[in-house]
This record gives sequence, C-alpha cells and structure tokens, in this order.
Amino acid sequence: MRRGKAKIISERCIDCGRCVLACPYHAKRAVCDPLSMMERFAYTVALPAPSLYGQFRNLDDIGIVLGGLLEMGFNGVYEVARAAEEMSAHALVKHGIARKGTGYGERTFPANSEIFPLISTACPACVRLICQRFPRLIPHLAPEIAPVELAALAARAEASRKTGLPPGRIGVFFITPCPAKMTAAHFPLGLSEPVLDGAFSMAEIYVKLLPAMKRAAQNGAAFQTAGLTGVGWAVSSGESAALKSMKTIAADEIPNVIAVLEAIEDGKLPEVGFVELNACTQGCVGGCLTVENPYVSKMRIRELMKKLPDTLLSRLRYEEPGTPPTRDLPLEYEPADVLDSDMSAAIEKRRRMEALLDRLPGLDCASCGAPSCHALAEDVVRGYAQEADCVFLTRESMDEGGYLPPPFRPSVSKC
Amino acid sequence: MTGAPAPEGRRSEALKERYIVDGDDFQAAGSASSAMKKLLRSLGVPPEAIRRAAICMYEGEINMVIHANGGEAEVAFDGETITMTLADSGPGIPDPELALREGWSTATDAIRDLGFGAGMGLPNMKRNSDEMTIDSTAGQGTTITMTVRV
Repeated sequence: MRRGKAKIISERCIDCGRCVLACPYHAKRAVCDPLSMMERFAYTVALPAPSLYGQFRNLDDIGIVLGGLLEMGFNGVYEVARAAEEMSAHALVKHGIARKGTGYGERTFPANSEIFPLISTACPACVRLICQRFPRLIPHLAPEIAPVELAALAARAEASRKTGLPPGRIGVFFITPCPAKMTAAHFPLGLSEPVLDGAFSMAEIYVKLLPAMKRAAQNGAAFQTAGLTGVGWAVSSGESAALKSMKTIAADEIPNVIAVLEAIEDGKLPEVGFVELNACTQGCVGGCLTVENPYVSKMRIRELMKKLPDTLLSRLRYEEPGTPPTRDLPLEYEPADVLDSDMSAAIEKRRRMEALLDRLPGLDCASCGAPSCHALAEDVVRGYAQEADCVFLTRESMDEGGYLPPPFRPSVSKC
Repeated sequence: MTGAPAPEGRRSEALKERYIVDGDDFQAAGSASSAMKKLLRSLGVPPEAIRRAAICMYEGEINMVIHANGGEAEVAFDGETITMTLADSGPGIPDPELALREGWSTATDAIRDLGFGAGMGLPNMKRNSDEMTIDSTAGQGTTITMTVRV
C-alpha cells in the first residue's frame, strides 16, 4: 500500500487473482477483453472453460450452455473439456499406464527418474510461480501445451475447414474463470505465438448467457458434449483423477501449492507420479471471474459428472489419442525476488535490510503499508519505501529531535 | 520459534543468518532450509548451488531433531561459498566413519515409522557438499560444518 492505494509489483505478480477476491472495496479488477472484439472477425468460436458449467443451478445438459453461446452470437463452440479429455487420454498412453487394448496397466515410470513427479501446466499462475521460485522444478513441468491451447488450435482448424475462411479471419475466444488464463491467452507461457484471439470474463458472459440459454433450451438443439473426464478438470483433482494407477497429488490455493513444491524440491515425495496444482480454491471453479461460490460450483460439476459418460474418447479414439503439440519455447527461470542482479550489491542490500529489521518494532502492524516489518525493510532497500514510513521510527526520530512532547503516560494510583 | 532468523549481534565479512531448530517438532523440521533457500535466492545464488545447500541443511536439520533434540543452524555466504554450521548438544556421534555409511542409522522404530532414519542423511550431506567436517564429542554434542561453492 502506498498513499492509500494497493500497488502490485508487476515483476512478482503471478496473476493468481487473489487481490481481486481479497479487497473488500473491489479496488482491484481483472482486465479482460471487451466482447466487441468479436466484431473484428468473420466467424467466431467460443471456448468455454469446464468451470463455466458449474455456474448454473439445476443444469443437467451441457448442450444448453453450448446452445446458449451460439444464441449469444458466437458462430461456433468448442469445449475446452474436450481438449482436456484428449490430454488425459494422451497422458495415459504416454506414461505407459494404458496400453493399447489392455485398458489400464501397471505404473511404469522409473521411480527415481529425474523428471518425476510430472507437474501439470494447466494453471498458468502455478507455472509462473514455479518459474519465479522453483527453478529446479521447471524440467518437471509437462511439456505439452495447455488444454485451452489445444482446444484453440483444433477449433480454428475445424472452423476454417467448415467455412473455407482463412484461419486469420476466425476469432477464437476463451471464456475464462481467472485473470491468469486471460494473460496467458495473449502471452502464452512457452509459446512463441498466441493461439487464442482473446479471452472474455466468465462473469461478463454469464449475464448475457443466462437469457440466451433459455432460448437455447426452447430450441432444443442437441450437442455431443465432452465426458466426465474432461468436465472434471474444472475442480481440483479432476485432472489427476484420470491417471488412475499413478500416485497423484492435487493441491489448491497458493500457500498449499508452495508447500507441495517445497516438498518435491526437498525430495520428500519420491513415490508421486503426477502433481496437479491450482492457484484458486477448489481449482478453476474458485477463479475470481466466476460467479458462483467454489464449493457450490464443485457440487454442481460433480452432479453433472454423474450424468456423463466416462470419456468421449473411449468411444472415438481412446486407443490412438492425438499427440498434443509441445511448447516451442523453453520455460525459463525468472528470479523475481533477487535484491540486485549484482551479487555483491545484493549481499550489501541484504545487510542493510537486516540492520533496518533490527530497528523496526517487529509488530507487523502494516501501518506503513507493507504487510510486515520484513517486507518494509525489503521495500526500503529496493527503493519502494523509506524508513520514515514506519510510524515507530518516525516517532523515535522526532523524539530525538525534541519535536514531540514526551509520550503520554497515564499514572496508576494505588488504592 | 523455529526457522525465524535469530537477531545478529555483530556482523563479520560474510552475510550470516541463524536459525533455531526446535527439537522433536517434525512439522517445523525443514523450516531452516526453507528460510535459507529464500535468503540465497534473494541474493541471486544459482539454483543448482541452492539445491545442494538446501539438501545439506534439510538433512542436518532432520538429524538434529531426530537425534539431538534440536540445536542451532547458521548459514554464512560471502559471495563465493555457502557455509552451513549445525550445532547441537545431543549424544554425539561415536564413530563418524560408520555413521557416514549408507543405511547406517541409530534411529528408533518410532522415527522410522515416520519415514525417517533410513541412514541416508549424513551420506546425502557428504555427497551434496564440497567439504564436510564432523566435530563430535560423545555425550556433549555435534557440530557439522558444510560448504557449498557457488
């Protein structure tokens, strides 16, 4: 906090969206693409995130949501859940868990292999957290692109084939539950070119989608929709649930994610094959652009899953899932908490920081605007704040200068 | 409190931080290595050196909790070398040669049930440090010093 406003240090922001949810005055909002962006394209495709399905009460047919999106003005829809399902099928085959025609087989990953556990890249906030704070775990990140990116590629190709339009005239838009995926739509992690044309806030779409869904329900158009494997990705542990015979961990919320990453880094989890991480409470259903409470959405997603077949791909091409493309750029260590790029200057700053910390009251009162005395000390040496921001230090220096009357001390009389 | 940097009286050439390792608190074991990782990262130490140092510190911390009812850990960094000193006043290591053998452990069954005491701690510390010295007197305590060059 500086001069009454919450300031985000952009180099350290991983786009988790907690600030949006935390501020009681709604001072922070996520910047999303305007719906008018659709006008720029001859043909538009909506890519609904699986978490969208958890926003509606008594929804028993995903087709109504898809129909509603068409009613709203999109020319086509492509479920991200479908791409997620493909990713799950691919992972099963790739890691030797499912062998052709044999269903689920044995866990075959080498137990001491350097890259296990594999870490999911579905949550871009967690990927950025790893790039900033856990550089040693970067090789553990699954090399494939994210489901939403796979969906975008497939949707664009499908629309282009169907309409004969060049891919550039087709607008592919993600309906996002969070700002992290909003950012990733324009600046994808590990991809040289964005594959989406934009992303719309789920909350904004919701208002327009409700009446459109009513119309769609009356029209009664039928859609083939993704199965429960893909829809399950909306909630934490949905992604790992598909990897049935592997030991998996699903952690949600940043402090828990950090704890799990620390444990992996310390080598405490050698038996784990796959780690699913979500920045938001209960997974994507907890994103700050969703409408419904994460626990309510989770219940609804689970209810929907009860009505869905295991996976669409089991009928279509479970045995030969397409190979999702891999990232074309390496993910790199982006140290965000280094005090100075020059090591001796960093040591000097740290020394100054500790000297200042000795003088600060250690109350973490946050009156200065930093969340703790430690954070203020760091802000001071980084040049974001000054010592005088601490009310205690200021009082002390004014006392020393004789500017203040002596502190008021009530006298206690004994009776 | 475990893991919290203890106040430093005088400062020498190297940057130093001290951590109190609380005995018998498995939940807190690892907090010194966590705090050290954070410190080294903020100084721009390369990840590989941090990794090696963190393993040394983590194993050392666990050992102090399991065998010595806690102790004190110090990390010093002078821009080239990370020096970790772990001191406890536990039972001491009668035969350091033997203790360095993989699989050798004097941990109790209760400790083993918690997944510790596999006899890999000291060998791991040796493997991941550039230098390691064990200074131990039976009945009085152990001081282990490890260095990792950046």
